[in-house]
Amino acid sequence: MSTLNRSRRNFIKNSSALALGCALPISLVELAFADSEQNFSFAYISDAHIQHIKGTRFVRNWDKGLIRAVAETNLLAPKPDFVMFGGDLAQLGSKPELDHGAEIMSALNQDVRYVMGEHDYYLDLGAYWEKLFGPQYYSFDHKGVHFIVLNSIRTYDEWTHRWPSNEQRMLEMAGLDNPNGSPFMVGEEQRKWLQSDLAKVAKSIPVVVFSHSPLQKIYKGWNFWTEDAEQIQALLQPFDKVNVIYGHVHQIQYNQIGNISFHSVMATAWPWPYPSSYAQAEQYLPKLTVPMNRADPFFERDATGWQLINMANGNVDMNFTLYNNSERSVRFNKTNKQPEDSRYQEESARIPGQQHY
Amino acid sequence: MFQIKKTSLYLGVIGLLMVPLSQADEFTTVDTDRWQQQFMASVQQGRELWTSPTLGTNGVACAQCHPNAANTHPETYPKFQKQIGKVIPLWEMINWCLRNPLEGVALAADDPKMTAIQAYVTYERRGVKLEPGKH
Repeated sequence: MSTLNRSRRNFIKNSSALALGCALPISLVELAFADSEQNFSFAYISDAHIQHIKGTRFVRNWDKGLIRAVAETNLLAPKPDFVMFGGDLAQLGSKPELDHGAEIMSALNQDVRYVMGEHDYYLDLGAYWEKLFGPQYYSFDHKGVHFIVLNSIRTYDEWTHRWPSNEQRMLEMAGLDNPNGSPFMVGEEQRKWLQSDLAKVAKSIPVVVFSHSPLQKIYKGWNFWTEDAEQIQALLQPFDKVNVIYGHVHQIQYNQIGNISFHSVMATAWPWPYPSSYAQAEQYLPKLTVPMNRADPFFERDATGWQLINMANGNVDMNFTLYNNSERSVRFNKTNKQPEDSRYQEESARIPGQQHY
Repeated sequence: MFQIKKTSLYLGVIGLLMVPLSQADEFTTVDTDRWQQQFMASVQQGRELWTSPTLGTNGVACAQCHPNAANTHPETYPKFQKQIGKVIPLWEMINWCLRNPLEGVALAADDPKMTAIQAYVTYERRGVKLEPGKH
């Protein structure tokens, strides 16, 4: 307990240092509550990948990304209504990693809700994570919006139970490009739950779904993929306004399928290449997406960051806070009925750094 | 003296011709299969190093940021690396990654591990046209 208090004091010190050293973009503050009284904002932090080395040592680089997101989120004014964490708090699902991550997150001033990532899950199938953060899937209502959290990173039972040890299972799933991996899925149990949860919600109520993996199919080889994506989409299509927000991909992606707007979020740990830059595979990155800038590895935090999300009358406006780069905003265009980048959507407005190969 | 030398030279040449050595331009699919197998063994070793948590000192593996070695652009090297301030070959950039994100030790340019890493990275980019210097 005293350790926790001490670390909280350190965070407060760090936050004051940040307040002096880095001014938050004013536009984020203006966006929140700009339009109508119905609007509200929440912060979204994801993919911290806290990685245990040995004893009390953790990978410094990944720690820094999460510490910074927490400190900056605490500086937001007006304050967001709540904070979401999008999964992969840990790298290999161990107690030290989840504990260390939870301690860093404990410095947040707001309530935090968590989404399960595969790096949190495949050591003990989420048992310790549940003790810290609660159920693996659930829903809640906030200011007229229905929020749903799914565990979308489960897979076939045969795969889950084929390994000689839990540690090996975790390692096999942790390798993004590991051919021994297995496709993510929500699964029948949660689909049934989702159906009955949605049955209680009027079709005019805006719905926001949080998952770790994309609930759309982009590239199977890296699990930018959910096996039963179409079945989930079919359950969501009858609603007037649906937003899906997912982590896992460590890059900016957005898409529109029918009534469903899809948004990915950045990682605080490290960026990933777009699948199109892997020359040996076909992939389906939505054409709508204007990619994030190619990362400069010499800036440790480049192409990482966190998000402030504005719920503007039921549609998600995504504001990316990028540590070493210009911020990006992807907002719902009511005329075109799809999310669009506020600056770069036009072909002619693109910049060379957004070309990935 | 000269005569003796000349004779032994002739004998030597005849002797060489009698040994069934293959000619320089003669190789078979057995040879090419073996060469390919040697190369693929290096690629395999490179893949193992690429995904190894023990290549550096902090457990971070190359593949964590570069799945399938994507975003490494071997076809663009040598190129001007603005952060280093000069034109460098790929292995210097690999060493930068070993020292920084992996908190490890640089490899010699001709270290078989460095060869294997480059074999793997380049193999994952097979079929992509060479564009040295591209950014």
